[in-house]
Amino acid sequence: MTNPVLLRVRDLKTYFVTEHGKGTARAVDDVSFDLYPGETLGIVGESGCGKTVTSLSILRLIPEPPGHILPGSLIEFDGRNLLALPLQELREVRGNQIAMIFQEPMTSLNPVFTVGDQIAEAAIIHQHLSRGAARARAIEMLRLVGIPDPDERVDHYPHQLSGGMRQRVMIAMALVCHPKVLIADEPTTALDVTIQAQILELLDQLQQELGMAVLLITHDLGVVAGHADRVVVMYAGRVVETAPTDALFERTTHPYTEGLLAAVPRIDAPRSRLHAIPGQVPAATAWPTGCRFHPRCPHAWDKCVAQEPPLLETGTPGHTARCWLVSEPERRVPKR
Amino acid sequence: MTPPLVAVRDLVKHYAGERRWLGLGPAPSPVRAVDGVSFSIPAGKTLGLVGESGSGKTTIGRTMLRLQEPTSGKMLFDGSDVFSLASGPLRALRRRMQIVFQDPYSSLNPRMTVEETLREPLEIHGLKGAVSALLDEVGLDAAFAKRYPHELSGGQRQRVGIARALSVEPQFIVCDEPVSALDVSVQAQVLNLLADLQTKRRLTYLFIAHDLAVVRHIADDVAVMYLGKIVERAPAAEIYALPRHPYTTALLSAVPEPNPRARKQRIVLAGDMPSPARPPSGCPFHPRCPHPLKSERCRTEIPPLREITPGHLAACHYAERPMDGR
Repeated sequence: MTNPVLLRVRDLKTYFVTEHGKGTARAVDDVSFDLYPGETLGIVGESGCGKTVTSLSILRLIPEPPGHILPGSLIEFDGRNLLALPLQELREVRGNQIAMIFQEPMTSLNPVFTVGDQIAEAAIIHQHLSRGAARARAIEMLRLVGIPDPDERVDHYPHQLSGGMRQRVMIAMALVCHPKVLIADEPTTALDVTIQAQILELLDQLQQELGMAVLLITHDLGVVAGHADRVVVMYAGRVVETAPTDALFERTTHPYTEGLLAAVPRIDAPRSRLHAIPGQVPAATAWPTGCRFHPRCPHAWDKCVAQEPPLLETGTPGHTARCWLVSEPERRVPKR
Repeated sequence: MTPPLVAVRDLVKHYAGERRWLGLGPAPSPVRAVDGVSFSIPAGKTLGLVGESGSGKTTIGRTMLRLQEPTSGKMLFDGSDVFSLASGPLRALRRRMQIVFQDPYSSLNPRMTVEETLREPLEIHGLKGAVSALLDEVGLDAAFAKRYPHELSGGQRQRVGIARALSVEPQFIVCDEPVSALDVSVQAQVLNLLADLQTKRRLTYLFIAHDLAVVRHIADDVAVMYLGKIVERAPAAEIYALPRHPYTTALLSAVPEPNPRARKQRIVLAGDMPSPARPPSGCPFHPRCPHPLKSERCRTEIPPLREITPGHLAACHYAERPMDGR
């Protein structure tokens, strides 16, 4: 890619002090990736892998304490390190150039303000629009996100809207300032499947119209397959595999990614037992030694216990995996 | 043919509508959560009941066990009419019918250890049973007996929920979205566990889900609900191969497939499900229906659930000419 990087995340470490001050949860532990203008980058992983903490760290929305982003981490946007920015300047980025939508639209919207007021707020703050102009912009945004009768809906409160409508309002709020980056953290997880399809289609369409880059955070490999250009797979606070979407699905390399993919229930397969990854995600206070996936990995050998692999080039452009199998493929245990 | 273990006939559950301010104005229309639903499940089999939020699927599960009283209809369990039983016989029958809830966080008592949670139903029904054997059966170490729910992960809690249902040795279990709140790898573990237990104990399941892909891996028959009614019902293999109702076709099409090459033309339904207090005229699905043959008839005439091919029922005027969803 010849495009300049829009958002560069390097060596991001976000740790939390646990309740009794005894341990440290290394929720995000040395994560690096790049986001290019106009692309959709999927970040995939299960609960506890660090994907949400990564997204919150980008806008410094981590509650401190108990959380803190370690020195040496870099989040570079438009040539500036967001982690070093004074709060005043950071505020000009938040919600303006980098916007975010969350999983649960009901808890992310304020129940005592109309949706119009909530959409207009960012336009008033960042673009210094008058109240009247901001209201007109809110109506325009509601129309853009496909809400019928936007002139009426602008005066409605969140409880008067369905789940799908609320998520559309969240998207309208996020996009009102035409951000360059939209961080979408599980934007459809709380929605029914037909509404999920509507919202994902809407995001695709808005991305084409507005040209923003999207960081799509999800646990659903199906969502990633249909909507991301590139994918970062996270496990235990680390990036374990990164690839262009097609390569990730065609030449899946990391055993964790393989396990996740095999665990997805398919409508195109006959009734059968699902593949399950044995065990569970370890606690962030005590990641395993060596490769963090080794206790659950069907291929692991002594090297995996002793030494953590770096992200190794698989040979496909842009495809890396944190697994010794890349350099020692003969160690792969054949499928039974 | 052996009679089915569970049979539901014309089940109706209406809730009183929202009261107007000070009770003034015309009487509110009732919410028709379940509006005349019938099905049966043979012993040892699984019926997958699929629908979106507000379709009435959870209400059906709860009403069948009389956790909620039905408005009308019949529920036959092994020949007895559950809805007409007095509380004594009902309690005895409940030992044979259990439920696993969706949210393993709110369905376990946070002040009770796993052992106390599993012991309680045994004591109520005066049964002997070993907690350690139950834990073993759901794949938990005996050490979990002394733990409290907050010390467990979501998947472990759901295993405790399953063990609690199993403790009284039921024949029939309502699984109300048992894996919806779980991560995909844990979801696979719990689905496999439910399938193993079914084989081992010859359990009969009503498996409620919003996800047709999950149901594919557990159900023998599938019923799809929309706005309080079953709109399609068929053997699983058949409904996935040739859905007859456009809503089923759209639901299947909306499942995100983990295959970038499958970037097919999705059928994206417009709008939301209407309120069950004010269902549309005619076919309840007509305002969102993408079927190319949709006509005036759909707006005025309610399509009955009728047999299209042997064992395959659909409630669509045009079920003989199903939509192409691929």
